[in-house]
Amino acid sequence: MELLECKNLSKFYDKKEALKDVNLKVPRGKIIGLLGKNGSGKTTLIKLINDLLIPTSGEVLINGEKPGVESKKIISYLPERTYLDKDMKVNQVIKYFEEFYDNFNADPARKLLKDLDLDEEQKLSKMSKGMQEKVQLILVMSRKADLYILDEPLGGVDPATRDYILDTILSNFNEGASVIISTHLIADIERILDEVIFIDKGKIILTSPADELRNKENASIDEIFRRCFKC
Amino acid sequence: MNFIFDNDRPIYIQLVEQLKEYIVAGKFKAGEKLPSVREFAMQIKVNPNTVQKALAEIENQKLIYTERTNGKFVTENEKLIENVKKELADQKVQKYFQDMNKLGINKEDAITYLQGK
Repeated sequence: MELLECKNLSKFYDKKEALKDVNLKVPRGKIIGLLGKNGSGKTTLIKLINDLLIPTSGEVLINGEKPGVESKKIISYLPERTYLDKDMKVNQVIKYFEEFYDNFNADPARKLLKDLDLDEEQKLSKMSKGMQEKVQLILVMSRKADLYILDEPLGGVDPATRDYILDTILSNFNEGASVIISTHLIADIERILDEVIFIDKGKIILTSPADELRNKENASIDEIFRRCFKC
Repeated sequence: MNFIFDNDRPIYIQLVEQLKEYIVAGKFKAGEKLPSVREFAMQIKVNPNTVQKALAEIENQKLIYTERTNGKFVTENEKLIENVKKELADQKVQKYFQDMNKLGINKEDAITYLQGK
């Protein structure tokens, strides 16, 4: 059974089609890039998978089941915008995760946070944007999940922070688990991707193993993406 | 050990090429244990499946072998390593002649030119 499957999945906001007839299968043990411009439907797709939106038609299956309580246990999700209360201190956020998720491992998370020289007594609101993003990513990656879904984890951070984020993803994702990373910053992450999905105007226009695509087009994924979406 | 990748070509092919070079150059010594797939992927910042694929390819060429439960090791067959080294060196020489040919320099002149260096 596929870890994740979308069947003829569509989502309309009033009359506007945000996602059109998406068919997708995500196996285990892969890092997948969900690549598309702003407004292409990436976040809508991710929200449907995470049970934050209801499909207009079609369905999402996680381990063969519709999204719900069970799927939330096995999906670790990093949203584009934080849902954490910024008045919380780091150690409060850790406690919050511990209470909320059975599969959250506080010890490795504390260690990773310590490596950042972070004071656990510090409030999120007192940290730089880059630091807040690191903290959130550490929390999300410290769950032993089957599927990690990271919505724009590289948005608005400096190159050094990007490297740190990629390292954290590579070193912490659970063996046998899959990771879906949505981004429009392709050059920075393409080396860690097994497969790429190009999405545009709510439609999946290409899915391919990353190396196969490079071989076929003699170009980087970033370059191929730019060619595809030339305005 | 430094691995440098170009995003324009399949990463696993580049990894195979560079690993072979490191083995024939003795930077990975005969019989030496290789890092685990995961460690390796982390070190060079590429996907673990890509590392797996590259190692499988080199294992096919018998340059490394797997000891069950123990990990992957560089072959102890020094003769094989020597042969691969010659093969790679031949490729470089061919490439040199081809490049010189593009400049309108024939094989003989290319050899003379090299001796003058």
